[in-house]
Amino acid sequence: MAIEFLPIAILFVLAIALAVFIVFLGSIFGPKRYINTKMMPYESGMTPIGPGTRRMNVRFYLIAVLFILFDIEVIFFLPWAVVFRSLGLFALIEMLVFIGILLVGYVYAWKKGALEWE
Amino acid sequence: MTTELILFFSLALIAIITGLGLLISKNAIYAALYLVLNFFTIAIFYLLLGGAFIAMAQVSVYAGAIMVLFLFVIMILGAEKLGKSNTVAWQRPVAIILSIILLIEAGYVLFWRTAPVQAAQTLPDGFGGPASIGNVLLNNYLLPFEITSVLLLVAMIGAIVLTHKQKTDKEV
Amino acid sequence: MTTTDLLSVFPLLILILWACLVLLLDVFLKRERLTTILTAIGLVVTLGFSISQNNLNLTGFNNMVVVDNFAVYLNIIFLGSGLLAISLAHDYLKRMGINRGEFYVLLMFSISGMMLMAIAADLIVFFLALELLSIPLYVLAAFARPRVESEEAGMKYFLLGAFSGGFVVYGIALVFGATATTNLSGIAARIAEHQADIPLLTIGAALILVGFSFKVAVVPFQMWTPDVYHGAPSAVTAFMAIGAKAAGFAALMRIFVAALPTLSEQITPIIWVLAALTMIVGNIVAVAQSNIKRMLAYSSIAHAGYILMALVSYGQSSVASVSVSAALFYLLSYAVTNFGAWAVVIAVEKAEGKGLALDDYAGIGRKYPALAAAMAIFMLSFTGVPPTLGFVGKFYLFRAVIDGGYIGLAVIGVLTSLISAFYYLRVVVIMYMRDGEPEVRSEPWLNLTTAFTAIATIVLSIFSAPILQWASQAILSTF
Repeated sequence: MAIEFLPIAILFVLAIALAVFIVFLGSIFGPKRYINTKMMPYESGMTPIGPGTRRMNVRFYLIAVLFILFDIEVIFFLPWAVVFRSLGLFALIEMLVFIGILLVGYVYAWKKGALEWE
Repeated sequence: MTTELILFFSLALIAIITGLGLLISKNAIYAALYLVLNFFTIAIFYLLLGGAFIAMAQVSVYAGAIMVLFLFVIMILGAEKLGKSNTVAWQRPVAIILSIILLIEAGYVLFWRTAPVQAAQTLPDGFGGPASIGNVLLNNYLLPFEITSVLLLVAMIGAIVLTHKQKTDKEV
Repeated sequence: MTTTDLLSVFPLLILILWACLVLLLDVFLKRERLTTILTAIGLVVTLGFSISQNNLNLTGFNNMVVVDNFAVYLNIIFLGSGLLAISLAHDYLKRMGINRGEFYVLLMFSISGMMLMAIAADLIVFFLALELLSIPLYVLAAFARPRVESEEAGMKYFLLGAFSGGFVVYGIALVFGATATTNLSGIAARIAEHQADIPLLTIGAALILVGFSFKVAVVPFQMWTPDVYHGAPSAVTAFMAIGAKAAGFAALMRIFVAALPTLSEQITPIIWVLAALTMIVGNIVAVAQSNIKRMLAYSSIAHAGYILMALVSYGQSSVASVSVSAALFYLLSYAVTNFGAWAVVIAVEKAEGKGLALDDYAGIGRKYPALAAAMAIFMLSFTGVPPTLGFVGKFYLFRAVIDGGYIGLAVIGVLTSLISAFYYLRVVVIMYMRDGEPEVRSEPWLNLTTAFTAIATIVLSIFSAPILQWASQAILSTF
């Protein structure tokens, strides 16, 4: 069994327990006053504009797709970084090729204005 | 029962419940959130099998990035609330038959296999971890690794070509 | 990594790097003409390197790629198709208002995926190649967006392509489960040592067959073909009909002939039924079409059935290599004829999807005799009438099938060819016998393509011996 991951499991359990505990404390000690303003959805302090379920702009789609692609790229960094010292220069070149190809895509996306909002 | 078995069955229960929740919930956002939980459970399965790297990829790519895309698409389409479902009449029986076939196949693989693939051997230390994956990826699987980056590049070009509004000369 | 590794993928490497370079040049300089020329140069250079690999028989990357004459032959078909596609596209894209440099870049990436497919010898590489060739094609099918038909084509192709990709992955997983390796030589060795789980392996192989059957449009996995071929820009369809089909068959031949001949007892009946169904359905439904693009789509389905016939006898080692070379020759003859026919379609096609009905070909015989003659040659070649390449291809193919002892299938093939004569010759009849006022686009490169393919269809059929010689040398290296 993957015993070496026990610390991570303990961390998760502690984090959840702490969150539950704090909410619990708040519900015991906090005063309970129900005001209309307090019942509004919290939107970083300002008064919410429009319903929360309105349609989002289609431009978010491109952002999400680009996010996935770069996320997958980053996933490949981890195994490389772990063995980098033992594999040395050759692995570095391989990774540079990998990044280089994706960098072409990045430059293309930038130049095409895919990263601009307007 | 060992702890591992207890852990497995409780996780399996969560996986099945979240899977059902995903299918049954009428609100697409809830369904997506059930899916996140399902992905997490599967990630822990991978961890139990010793696939630490796969578990991490599962959390970061599936539960992270792909779910963001799912939620974005649901919100872009405005499809949070499913309308009347117009399923095809033969869909349900076919689905049931296909799942029975899948179950039989899985049962075959588990119980009636003629030849074991490989004698159960003790896995080397750190098998499936980032270090062993890194070694294999950068040595034996160098070509697929580099092709993957080309694949990502093509996907990026494709996404931009298909969704980005082409700037005409007037607008510039 | 060794020099052999690098040498084995060198043409592929050149093409991918060139595609990246062209992408950057296009986005910075924004000169479509330069992009077109650079793409053509890149393909020609890659073609040169590919030809230089002939007879080298390299393996690289721990047996993940095999560069044998089979791969070289197919790579030449892919690169040649790319060049023909460019000559068809560059005026067509301008006319349709979709002249964007990404077309050429995506074309190059798709070709690199096909080339990878031809040299692949590991199931993981097959899957990556499948995706690398497909994703650009999905985008290219939707390239004429926001035209609805084109968007629909891209969407349909993407959904069914992803679905079929799922079959391939599941099949690969089962094969891996049965043999504990994804390498074709490893799989063959495992089977020879009786260490493979045969039922599981059979299911896996069948799933891989299904997945690639989607790609090459074999009945009953052909549903997407008419809509995609119809909706996609014609130049893309022309390329797709050859490239994706040839790459799919390359994968099927490599996987089944080289690694799984022992499974032929289980797989051959499936292929037999698929091939028969494909020839029958493709040819009969094509009769009912009134749109030339849809008709050619069904015709491409029918031709997939003919090529699939070559795989039926893949288990008999004495016939297998003859069958493979017959299939390779047929692919070449289909490629030449198909590009010619699509060149004529593009010449007659107008913007907004007009000029695609069969009736639009009325009167071409009188007004444009050369074009009509070329189209007649292509239609005769599709039917398989001598002296055209199509006839020679069908002749060798049927002979290989009969050598394998599948006379029933050969009879079905001949009968369906007779049916196909009806709809192919109808085009000729409409061109010559009916009056009309057709308007045809005349452009040097388009005319050159039409003339080149028409002459090649006739001349190569008369001097077919060297090509057949070349195809018969293009045998798969077995493991």
